[in-house]
Amino acid sequence: MSIGVKVVDRPIGQTSYVRATLTGMAHTLKHLLNPEQVTTQYPEEKESLSKRWRGTHRMLTTEDGKAKCVACGLCPTVCPSNCIKLVPGEDEQGNRYPLVFEIDEFRCIFCGYCQEVCPEEAIHVGRHYENAEYSREGMVYDLERLMAQTHPVCEMWDPADPKGE
Amino acid sequence: MTHIAALLQIAGPTTEPGFGFWFLMTVVKLVAIFTVYMLGAALLTLAERKISAWIQDRHGPNRVGKGWLQPIADGVKNFVKEETYPSAANLPIFILAPVVSFIPALVTWAVIPFAAPWGSRWGIIEMVLAPVPMGFLFILALSSLGVYGIVLAGWSSNNKYAMLGGIRSTAQMISYEIALGMSTIPVLLLAGNVTLSRIVSQQAFGTWNVLNLTIAFFIFLVASFAETNRLPFDLPEAESELVTGYHTEYSAMKFSLFFIAEYCNMITVSALMATLFFGGWDIPFTLWDNLAPHTGLKTLLTLGCFATKVLFFLFLFMWIRWTLPRFRYDQLMALGWKFMLPLALAYIVCTATLIVTLDALGFAQGSVPFHLGLIMFNLAAVVILFMIVDRGRVISPASSRLNRRDIDKLRAVSAPHRPTLLPESGD
Repeated sequence: MSIGVKVVDRPIGQTSYVRATLTGMAHTLKHLLNPEQVTTQYPEEKESLSKRWRGTHRMLTTEDGKAKCVACGLCPTVCPSNCIKLVPGEDEQGNRYPLVFEIDEFRCIFCGYCQEVCPEEAIHVGRHYENAEYSREGMVYDLERLMAQTHPVCEMWDPADPKGE
Repeated sequence: MTHIAALLQIAGPTTEPGFGFWFLMTVVKLVAIFTVYMLGAALLTLAERKISAWIQDRHGPNRVGKGWLQPIADGVKNFVKEETYPSAANLPIFILAPVVSFIPALVTWAVIPFAAPWGSRWGIIEMVLAPVPMGFLFILALSSLGVYGIVLAGWSSNNKYAMLGGIRSTAQMISYEIALGMSTIPVLLLAGNVTLSRIVSQQAFGTWNVLNLTIAFFIFLVASFAETNRLPFDLPEAESELVTGYHTEYSAMKFSLFFIAEYCNMITVSALMATLFFGGWDIPFTLWDNLAPHTGLKTLLTLGCFATKVLFFLFLFMWIRWTLPRFRYDQLMALGWKFMLPLALAYIVCTATLIVTLDALGFAQGSVPFHLGLIMFNLAAVVILFMIVDRGRVISPASSRLNRRDIDKLRAVSAPHRPTLLPESGD
């Protein structure tokens, strides 16, 4: 007898191997004949996302097709994972615009601070998750690519409506 | 259609066919069995995955051709994968082992009769590849060869997990082989012959052995699960402890051969169960299929009947696999040696005594009262046996409880050597 093995005294009256086996077999047979197939067939079916889902970024544009971003620099400042690269520029009228705006989706932790902090409601996290790439470089989204995204954007948590109703 | 129907009704002469025709038909049977066997093993992998999926409320493979082409995709994958050879492995044996585990399962099929004989125009054709007179002994001999593949695979891999899996399987398969062999002796007692076709015809004209010899069937069933390394006896594999045991080091097609061998073994054992206990190709409740004239129709129908029985057992294998958990090693051994083997031996004695007694009482073998007697005995035996099994005295707990007296005795023995914590004289 090995040392320190606790042997639980099984009540003989409650122990039943044959009945337990037969119950189990009946249970599996029931599921076999009438399976409740709960698996989502992913590429064909998709689960609906929450309104507050934070996924791949999207840059919103003005009506004349330019990025709403004014290169204020708030989002790279607030970004905890330091994944936004912003080089501001200025045109003849003195309007600021981003010369370079890149988001490394690999570094991003999808906290959504960039969307919260943006005064122009330009950068958004989106309700989208299928962003696989063949290379690491492909995960760095430049301004053009961010503007080209079409997925719906995240509706951030509203303190007045905490449950999102 | 009418032509085929007419052709099926033709009853040929009951003479032996000429050598040419016999040879041709043997080759045809050989190719047919091999093809069906290989395709069957491939489709069984699909069936296994589908059944497991349905039992677990999943969908199972449904991508490649709605799932039907999954075995082909698996096969292609296994062919194009890299073959790895561990540097420390004993290569000749390492390569030989999958083949050794695969071939005995395949060869066993040679002696299993799978349909009623076909009385063709050119002579009667036995629907068995090799109607050898000692068919059953051939099967016992081959089934014990199957263990070599696994043991050699475990040993030649030079891997501790593979080695442990190999050792486990040796112990397991050898233990249960004895029970398996013993459980079939009552069948031979009843048939009075080791030829499988005789065993089938004995059941066809009397009662199926599952009623005559229920406990032998029960032992055979459990032992065959152990022999094919299927759950609840898949200890040689044991993913959780041994990283799939003996085929840890195998990859690509060599691994696939082990996989196919498992399913081949399943098919063979299912066919054996059908042959020995469920009347082989016999269609129940009718003697029409057993008597001459042997037409093509009868051959086809009996073949269908045999296939149904085999498929049922294959389903049972899968059903049990996805229901029951694995035994612990000591439970496995206890069940094999302390329960199955004595039970099989006792059952041989009981059956032999009963047959002799019934004979002495004037009930001829094969008569209704004779079988009734056997069935009554088995019914009682099954009830008593299952009462005992049900109470959980067979499969032991982690360790047996010592009773009070033994503990006292042990304490008394060890008492003089115990270090005393306090000086005996006291302060």
